[in-house]
Amino acid sequence: MWYYEKKLQYPVKVSECNPMLAKFLVEQYGGADGELAAALRYMNQRYTIPDKVVGLLTDIATEELSHLEMIATMIYKLTKDAKPEELKKAGLGDHYVAHDSALFYNNAAGVPFTAAYIQAKGDPIADLYEDIAAEEKARATYQWIIDMSDDTDLNDSLKFLREREIVHSLRFREAVEILKDDQDTKKVF
Amino acid sequence: MSKNLPPEFYSLLEEIQAVDFVIVELNLYLDTHPQDLEAIKQFNEMTLKSMELKHSFEQQFGPLMNFGRSFSGYPWSWNETPWPWQV
Repeated sequence: MWYYEKKLQYPVKVSECNPMLAKFLVEQYGGADGELAAALRYMNQRYTIPDKVVGLLTDIATEELSHLEMIATMIYKLTKDAKPEELKKAGLGDHYVAHDSALFYNNAAGVPFTAAYIQAKGDPIADLYEDIAAEEKARATYQWIIDMSDDTDLNDSLKFLREREIVHSLRFREAVEILKDDQDTKKVF
Repeated sequence: MSKNLPPEFYSLLEEIQAVDFVIVELNLYLDTHPQDLEAIKQFNEMTLKSMELKHSFEQQFGPLMNFGRSFSGYPWSWNETPWPWQV
């Protein structure tokens, strides 16, 4: 089971109301390489992966949920004071008519989240390579968002998240090596 | 929704976030380096430090965790703001 802790993993501050930035950020909320997809992907792969890497998948999945909460906090803070007119100007008019100021699991283009984003092949190496690719794609997306943002407070939190993708990718690469070593020893009968 | 929080709320929370981040990092590292004794020692030290900091935070600002991982005052303190996105 899981416990909730009433704190963010890393502080989230925003300098000013900026619905346009929130529209971009939602890519990491309900997009293909976003935090929701990441958490669900790793949690789901745990059941059929060798025991040696179940701990890692559990822990990274859990950390991703805390990142999902950080992204939600960013979107919430960037949009909470926005008037309908400002949302419309930022390209969030379509969002407003369906959801008011509620958050929704969709990507930056408004496409709803789908389980099709989450791969599970049942082959441990294939699954871990998928995870490495997902982390690298998420890292790249964070970079593109930082490139378009001039909110220094927000960028500080985004840089933290970008760095976490790099660490997760490294840990998954190590997990691949651990499984390859195991595979090699098993070949000696 | 959000209330005025004393500066100690922010400083203590940030201290907890820093220590807990060290723990997350060591935890993931140890998942793929299970034989590293020094890292395990650091992990256990930081875990103790985190428990102490959270005890002190909760005495002043209420429970951090649900489902019996934190004690409650009267009335039931879990519902009290701020929630993390309101800080």
